[in-house]
Amino acid sequence: MVENRHWFFRLLPHVVLSIGVFIVAFPVYVAFVGSTLDAATIANGQMTLIPGGHFFENYYRTLFVGTAKTTRQPVVSMMFNSFVMAMTIAIGKIMISIISAYAVVYYRFPFRMAAFWLIFVTLMLPVEVRIYPTYKIVADLGLLDTYAGLAVPLIASATGTLLFRQFFMTIPDELMEASQIDGAGPVRFFIDTVLPLSITTIAALFVIQFIYGWNQYLWPLLITTRDNMQTIVIGIKKMIVTQDALTEWQLAMTTAMLAMLPPVAVVILMQKLFVRGLVETEK
Amino acid sequence: MAGVTLKAVRKTYQGGVDAVKGVSFDVPDGAFCVLVGPSGCGKSTLLRMVAGLERITSGDIAIGQRVVNEIEPADRDIAMVFQNYALYPHMNVYDNIAYGLKNRKTPKDEIDRRVRDAAKILAIEPLLDRKPRQLSGGQRQRVAMGRAIVRKPQVFLFDEPLSNLDAKLRVQMRVEIKKLQKTFGVTAIYVTHDQVEAMTMSDILVVMNAGEVEQIGTPTEIYRHPATRFVATFIGSPPMNLVPGTMQADGSVKVGAAHFHLPPHDFLPGRSVELGLRPEDIVIGGADNAFDMKIEFIEELGATQLVYGLLGGAQLIVQVPSGSIGNAGGTLSLGIAADRLHVFDPATGRRAV
Repeated sequence: MVENRHWFFRLLPHVVLSIGVFIVAFPVYVAFVGSTLDAATIANGQMTLIPGGHFFENYYRTLFVGTAKTTRQPVVSMMFNSFVMAMTIAIGKIMISIISAYAVVYYRFPFRMAAFWLIFVTLMLPVEVRIYPTYKIVADLGLLDTYAGLAVPLIASATGTLLFRQFFMTIPDELMEASQIDGAGPVRFFIDTVLPLSITTIAALFVIQFIYGWNQYLWPLLITTRDNMQTIVIGIKKMIVTQDALTEWQLAMTTAMLAMLPPVAVVILMQKLFVRGLVETEK
Repeated sequence: MAGVTLKAVRKTYQGGVDAVKGVSFDVPDGAFCVLVGPSGCGKSTLLRMVAGLERITSGDIAIGQRVVNEIEPADRDIAMVFQNYALYPHMNVYDNIAYGLKNRKTPKDEIDRRVRDAAKILAIEPLLDRKPRQLSGGQRQRVAMGRAIVRKPQVFLFDEPLSNLDAKLRVQMRVEIKKLQKTFGVTAIYVTHDQVEAMTMSDILVVMNAGEVEQIGTPTEIYRHPATRFVATFIGSPPMNLVPGTMQADGSVKVGAAHFHLPPHDFLPGRSVELGLRPEDIVIGGADNAFDMKIEFIEELGATQLVYGLLGGAQLIVQVPSGSIGNAGGTLSLGIAADRLHVFDPATGRRAV
């Protein structure tokens, strides 16, 4: 049916998709070109669309030396900070939300639904809304400039709880009953049955939350003051806005390229799990 | 080995819905008991209460001599086969069968021996490494059976285990389940809404309706002497014909122009009754209780024919051997033996004769 359509209608989706890809990919390409030029070429406005010859020099300097005037720190340590924060947020969110969703779905306790709706309501309270009280608490606990301060306040997640709850509700009750008869208590059922079945959902949530954590800007900006605690997103910002020095655009572009890599890697690695989960419907 | 005893078992859900309204019966050790009834009659709830998956509102359930009301499902020494099999999708067949034993801390070599024994009995040895999704419906059914027999429980519980299979496989599995149960000599309680399964598999048949037991007995007893109008119409296919009639002074029942003579009884003349005639008990040209019926419609079933007509204003179905009647329109002379007649009280629905 699809094959028999007029050539124009077969071409049209490709044209639309190509335009979309171009809009998304072109700025990335420009950033990549910028990361291979020297400072003077960009500053003179002579930037071309052909990569220059300073690739290794720029990446080496960015990663291991850093910009002396602005961030005063090599990007590799910023990446480490960002990585620790993103991983802690992603893993912490998954652990907390899978356990709370398990409680809400499989246990009958008073005010169960009230607890669920309370979690749900926090969807309306992202960090930006509760930023002052959250900052106050973190400061009072002495967690400024620490990894805990960076990650813990962002761990509580209604999204994750909601996602796991929806998934758990699709697991047939008979599986729980069969486990009960097979002598598996609630903990065994969680570890032996629910967790293995949730792998795909966990992978999906991990991707979303890792990127969410990696891209955090406002919260790290407030909570970190020391150079050795800054994250890569803050680093890019600092490199661009300079007061008494020339912006080293080639380094800012290199940092931007580097900042993109871990989220891309996470998506590519986790995609395998997604596809496996989609192909093998294990229900 | 142990039997199962239910005493005034009642289940009331929150909101006051009575799913099971005081059910008592005994399943002797080693017997195959089938609970049959229309959907929503409480048969599954009752089974789940025996399994321990539902709490009992009041009454007692005992397995062997032990009252199990407050005992966890895992400690009741039962095994259950679910309608959708409830196999663990992420475990292979071996692990599915072994899971219950593992949780009971059975030694590894004993688990292995018992799983392989069970697989051998069920002819699923080549499948042990497969995941449930790679199995056909019948194979899944066998794995579910394997999970039950490997534990060597006191009681097997079956919750409509064959309803997801196609008709041919259902007949085959029906025989196999019954054979397995006899081989192991384990008490079984089997829930179904399929009356063929109920008749063929049971040693004891429990017919339920609206949360209550209508009748308990052997399949033959229930078929031959249904205690209520409900049982009469529920068991048997095509269902028993029920026609309205009036008791006469001579002890017969008058339906339209026909008179049906009953075995001796003490039912009062003048009362209206419902007369039950099984389609297969009515014979063409029968001498006893002869009556005429106008043929309205014929259904051909291959081995038999179903002839539709009217008797006393109510529809009557007669089952006769195939080829007995050529076409609709004529009149048929029929008869039925007196001991094959059933009389019910229309007010209570209970059997009168």
